[in-house]
Amino acid sequence: MSDSTAKQPEPVAPSRLRKVWESDFVYSFRHAPVAVVAASMVTLMVLSALFAPLIAPHNPFDPATLNLMNGFTPPMEPNAFTGEVFLLGTDDQGRDVFSTILYGMRISLFVGFAAVTLAMVLGVTLGLLAGYIGGWTETIIMRIADMQLTFPAILVAMLIFGIAKGITPPEYRNDMAIWVLILAIGLSDWVQFARVVRGATMVEKNREYVQAARLIGRRPVSIMVRHILPNVLNPVLVIATISLALAIIAEATLSFLGVGAPPTQPSLGTLIRIGQGFLFSGEWWILFFPACTLLVLALSVNLLGDWLRDALNPRLK
Amino acid sequence: MKITTGLATAALLASTSLSANAETLRWARAGDSLTLDPHAQNEGPTHTLAHQIYEPLIIRDMSGAFQAALATDWAPKEDDPTVWVFNLRQGVTYHDGAEFTAEDVVFSINRAKTDDSGMKELLGSIVEVRAVDDHTVEFVTDGPNPILPSNLTNLFMMDSGWAEANDTVKVQDVDGGETTYATTNTNGTGAFKLVSREPDVRTVLERNDDYWGMDEFPMEVSEIIYTPIQNAATRVAALLSGEVDFIQDVPVQDLQRVADSDGLVVKTAAQNRTIFFGMHLGPDDIENDNVEGENPLADIRVRRAMNMAIDRDAIKQVVMRGQSEPAGMIAPPFVNGWTEEMDSSVSTDVEAGKALMAEAGYEDGFSIQLDCPNDRYINDEAICQAAVGMLGQIGVTVNLDAKPKAQHFPLISSGGTDFYMLGWGVPTYDSEYVFNFLVHTRSDEIGTWNATGYSNAELDAKIASLASETDLDKRNATIADIWSTVQDDVLYLPIHHQVLNWGMTESVGTEVSPEDDPKMKFFTMN
Repeated sequence: MSDSTAKQPEPVAPSRLRKVWESDFVYSFRHAPVAVVAASMVTLMVLSALFAPLIAPHNPFDPATLNLMNGFTPPMEPNAFTGEVFLLGTDDQGRDVFSTILYGMRISLFVGFAAVTLAMVLGVTLGLLAGYIGGWTETIIMRIADMQLTFPAILVAMLIFGIAKGITPPEYRNDMAIWVLILAIGLSDWVQFARVVRGATMVEKNREYVQAARLIGRRPVSIMVRHILPNVLNPVLVIATISLALAIIAEATLSFLGVGAPPTQPSLGTLIRIGQGFLFSGEWWILFFPACTLLVLALSVNLLGDWLRDALNPRLK
Repeated sequence: MKITTGLATAALLASTSLSANAETLRWARAGDSLTLDPHAQNEGPTHTLAHQIYEPLIIRDMSGAFQAALATDWAPKEDDPTVWVFNLRQGVTYHDGAEFTAEDVVFSINRAKTDDSGMKELLGSIVEVRAVDDHTVEFVTDGPNPILPSNLTNLFMMDSGWAEANDTVKVQDVDGGETTYATTNTNGTGAFKLVSREPDVRTVLERNDDYWGMDEFPMEVSEIIYTPIQNAATRVAALLSGEVDFIQDVPVQDLQRVADSDGLVVKTAAQNRTIFFGMHLGPDDIENDNVEGENPLADIRVRRAMNMAIDRDAIKQVVMRGQSEPAGMIAPPFVNGWTEEMDSSVSTDVEAGKALMAEAGYEDGFSIQLDCPNDRYINDEAICQAAVGMLGQIGVTVNLDAKPKAQHFPLISSGGTDFYMLGWGVPTYDSEYVFNFLVHTRSDEIGTWNATGYSNAELDAKIASLASETDLDKRNATIADIWSTVQDDVLYLPIHHQVLNWGMTESVGTEVSPEDDPKMKFFTMN
């Protein structure tokens, strides 16, 4: 026995990184080309949005630097008046479309992430409470959720946006628009999280480990946070990813309808709204590039969410 | 068998004669009429819809010339120049069958003179209206008023009996959010009757076959379906796809596309309307800025700097694609009192603007909210957006709030805005109209659209003197004098005079009226 151990080389303890690399989760990621492409697209877009001020040739949010005469320049062609050339052309206000997309994506992604975080925190908390406490608490929370589900989310968001806009003092309105958007989308999207978490919590709370924790006298809050929450997080992660795509689209929809990001600080939706006015007149690039960006962004996040759902679902293995 | 054939032939005949006569005009423009109450709002699209249903004593035809409507002739009394005598058309009935009489004229003028009326500035000089007999009316003015008829072309006649029966004697208080029976119901003498109305969605009118002018006008339109379509691209798409026959505002970027389409025509004319920005310069402090305790707009150097910052040629070239005439004053060339010199008096000079801002103590700039409509004027929101950039260059940070005109206009009439866009057409073709609404100190009777807070007693006196000045040379001198003060004080920031582009199918025949108010009784349909 001792011989054999001496002869054979000591099995190298696999490094942490290698462990992760070979885990089921990463393995399935490596073998899903769609997920790899989607993840790299998302990474690329998040990075270019983060570093927009470094990459973008202009700052489209500073109206003082714009030259209206640059308006409607086609991609890669010199402007008739100023002779300047723009990679993806300019819009009706003379803003470089490439720069507005980068900055617009910043707003879209920021609103998306923040709104989903808000919805997740709210939904998970309420779902945990409803599922664990039950009784009246559950009834009230879940009936509110049901009521909200009867309205389309976009209507709820518009309602919240309208009220919030009405109570903000006018001089802060443009600065507040982004936060109001986050609030509106976040509040319209928490129901999904609450429902799933409540269901999972109701299953988990009767498991032995929860009963054990209860028997040794742990307080309900600590049971919910330390014991149940980690066990219901998988589906939450999946919903969060898919919600992110939906939130980005919801932001674009609101801005497209003219109730979201102001035209002086355009998000992708605002850009599409502006470009839509020039569909018939041949200035296709104002609509086309922001719309493509939105498409790729939403699609990538969605595909990533899809893959995540499959990867985290033990029944699909 | 014979009988059946006869019946069938009769039916066939009836249907062909009907179809020859039945021409539906599907009409769209960016915004809807604000109300059907004919005296509640003095606003272009509101009057345009009202003109189909109601009639004034005198109208302007599609070329802008006077034409007799409910009055057949009018003249000042020979022995007393302060009295205008109007002879009314006989045998005119309202849509409900009631007869149009002198009593209705007295009623309508008095109604339009009340506080809630949007038309009262036009009638300021009228002391009394009296019915001499059933078809003669005398207007008594507080002095000779040579231009009284031009003040009456948008003043619609209502049936006093109908108004009393339906509790609409009082004018709808639009600013107070009131709606009355007359907001959604009509009883006019006009060429078309209201069939149904859903505000901002669809209004249907049908030809009034008892109209007094059936034989005088083409009257070829038998039904009007009016749909406001705010979105420019959607509006053009509706015309291109044949969903509508006539749009009043072809977006400037789509003119070529519409003109090149088979079966569609674009007709262009200079409009009697100027677009400008108003500034709340009167008070010591204003709400919607970031300067505490003082009002930057009250400083004339700031206003002059802002005037210099706006590059009107760039707006014309890029935003309007050449379809506008840069303006240096807030009245279009149609108007008596307009001069080439004043209209070309402003030029863009950002450096000088910055220097003026510094001189006024605002070298670090300030921020202010700009209220802008997005469904009223051609490219209104895009103009405002361009102005944001231009004013940014002299340090004025502008927060743009663009909204539909139904929310925008109340801000101006109630004083809820400090910096706003407005466009002003001049249906009287005379400067007095501009002064009465936009320059005179605001009160309940006059200056109702002057949201600047500007008040100049000397100027007010000069404006008041215009109504009764019969010596035209002297009157014109006063007008020039008032304009020079308005220009020197930079009361408004003029942008441009609008150019109208009507798009229609080839079957619709009309010329473009300079006031942008198509009257469908003049339309021919092939």
